[in-house]
Amino acid sequence: MKRLITRERLPILATSIVCLGLYLLSGFNFEGFFSLRVAFNFLTDNAFLGIIAVGLTFVILTGGIDLSVGAMVGLSGILVAFLVDSKHWNPIAAMAIALGCGAVLGLMHGYLIAKFELAPFLVTLAGLFLCRGLALWISKASIQIKDPLMTDMASFHVGLPGGASLSLSSILFIAVLLIAIYASRQTTFGRAVFAIGGGKQSAVLMGLRVPQTLILVYMLSGVCSALGGIVFAIYTSSGNAIGGTGMELDAIAAVVVGGTLLSGGYGSILGTFLGVLILAIIQTAITFQGTLSSWWTKIAIGTLLLIFMLMQRGIVKATERTTA
Amino acid sequence: MAIPLIVLAAILLFDLFFTPGFFSLEIRDGRLYGSLIDVVNRAAPVMLLSVGMTLVIATGGVDLSVGAVMAIVGATSACLIAKPSGSILSGIPVGTSIPAIIAVSLGVALICGLFNGVLVSFFSFQPIVATLLLMVAGRGLAQLLTDGQIIIFTNPGFASMGSGAWFGIPIPIWLAVGMFGLMGLLSRRTNLGLFVEAVGSNPVASQLSGINARTIKLAVYAICGICAGIAGLIGTADIKAADANNAGLYLELDAILAVAIGGTSMAGGRFTLAGSLIGALLMQTLATTIFARGITPEATLVLKALIVVGVCLFQSPRFQARFQHRQAGAQG
Repeated sequence: MKRLITRERLPILATSIVCLGLYLLSGFNFEGFFSLRVAFNFLTDNAFLGIIAVGLTFVILTGGIDLSVGAMVGLSGILVAFLVDSKHWNPIAAMAIALGCGAVLGLMHGYLIAKFELAPFLVTLAGLFLCRGLALWISKASIQIKDPLMTDMASFHVGLPGGASLSLSSILFIAVLLIAIYASRQTTFGRAVFAIGGGKQSAVLMGLRVPQTLILVYMLSGVCSALGGIVFAIYTSSGNAIGGTGMELDAIAAVVVGGTLLSGGYGSILGTFLGVLILAIIQTAITFQGTLSSWWTKIAIGTLLLIFMLMQRGIVKATERTTA
Repeated sequence: MAIPLIVLAAILLFDLFFTPGFFSLEIRDGRLYGSLIDVVNRAAPVMLLSVGMTLVIATGGVDLSVGAVMAIVGATSACLIAKPSGSILSGIPVGTSIPAIIAVSLGVALICGLFNGVLVSFFSFQPIVATLLLMVAGRGLAQLLTDGQIIIFTNPGFASMGSGAWFGIPIPIWLAVGMFGLMGLLSRRTNLGLFVEAVGSNPVASQLSGINARTIKLAVYAICGICAGIAGLIGTADIKAADANNAGLYLELDAILAVAIGGTSMAGGRFTLAGSLIGALLMQTLATTIFARGITPEATLVLKALIVVGVCLFQSPRFQARFQHRQAGAQG
């Protein structure tokens, strides 16, 4: 029994070791990498990716996928920028509208997937087209945000000892992270998510409200990606319809590297957080190195993804052998 | 296949009445010109991709990496032609021979396809995940080949793959139709089609009846890679440059969409190559019509989204059951 538990924890252990290893390796190679400022910048520079990846983790835990998250970042960013700067709306109202858009899109995804059993990747693919189309319709050019409240948000930060500071986006990221960890481990919703991923049929037989949970999961992912878009807009002080292109892949990579099985049923929010940190360390290390070009990030992420998937495959096979 | 054909006919009928000159054809410099030829010519890359994608989807898989493979192949061919200094590919002795350049580029495409195939068939990765890998890393590899630059070249012979014509018909159309014909023959005149459908509809039963599912899967991903390779060559020859960032961007989605619209079930099993071809043509006709009407091209994206949801709904057994139930209720 004890050995089985160890095996189940293997993915997150491996993720932690890789994360720590990469951090130490980069730290010893590059001067100043170990500073607190750099560490907190991991959070600030990747808050949007982290928030999206957290929402996506729930979807993947149910055995589904959401390809629309990157496009939703573009849509909610340009929507907020357009409403605030061109229509002079109150930023809070504009953000509420953007979050509402995310919820509605997620509701549509969830409804089609839960009620008509359509393939999640096809439905969310349509969502991707829809979001990009709408975003480009609002404005093809990027819109700079000059609203004082928004610029205040961008520069807001809590000073910490050691020259580090906690920006508003990292505070939001941490808040989302904590809520998600609580929701996934302590609520009936969280247990239903894991049960659906483990086996939809048995979840139905257990009397769980499968369609409702699925709809909620996709709504959660929609709201998270809209929030990610808002954070991205604050971070870049602008809205861009093609912002977040390819971010769905980064988010999926973070979730998988974090040890969540893409077939659903096994994984954790904490793992996703570590996955985001790993991507952040790779990106920062490549920036510190200076001579390596940015596309090495993509190749490194791809290679890491391959290694983790091979490892997951090995674990699944080993577990099958023990149960058989 | 009936529904997409009707939709295509409806759009064409609309064009007949409301888009002036849509059906006019003229011959200039021994090449046909006109909106219709333009539609087919522009649809050629997606047609090519959808041929390979149909076979992959029929085995119950999907290939998300075709857009990235197009970028890799485009980068390979452009580097072989332009020979930028410091390129990793400078060592390959192809000279200026166009067949050799094409062969090496398609070889690269084959390797990409085999990579996907091995992950899916031998490591039993979920197809979405296995091909996601190359989708993420592929663009990085393409940028590695081009060193992050847009490689521009001048080579009239190679460029004719994108803009040339044989017997008045643009070469991309020949290539797409040729690939479609070849795969159509292979899948209907040999056992390949039957085996693909068997693997897709019931992997266990097909294994028990002696079909080597692994080899079949490996083969369809390899074919899909080659199709993406040819599409990549056309795209690169057309603009006479390789842009690792944008070549084939989002075309994997268009190809999947074409297959879905064509009536091949996403769950695998029965497939129709002709349906996918109609799906690809339908989307391009729609895009060209929207463009000709002066509506913003962004509307195409929104329309595509609505079409894919609509088509999938009609294919869904749940939706059909509900619909029939309602009809029965109305009658009774």
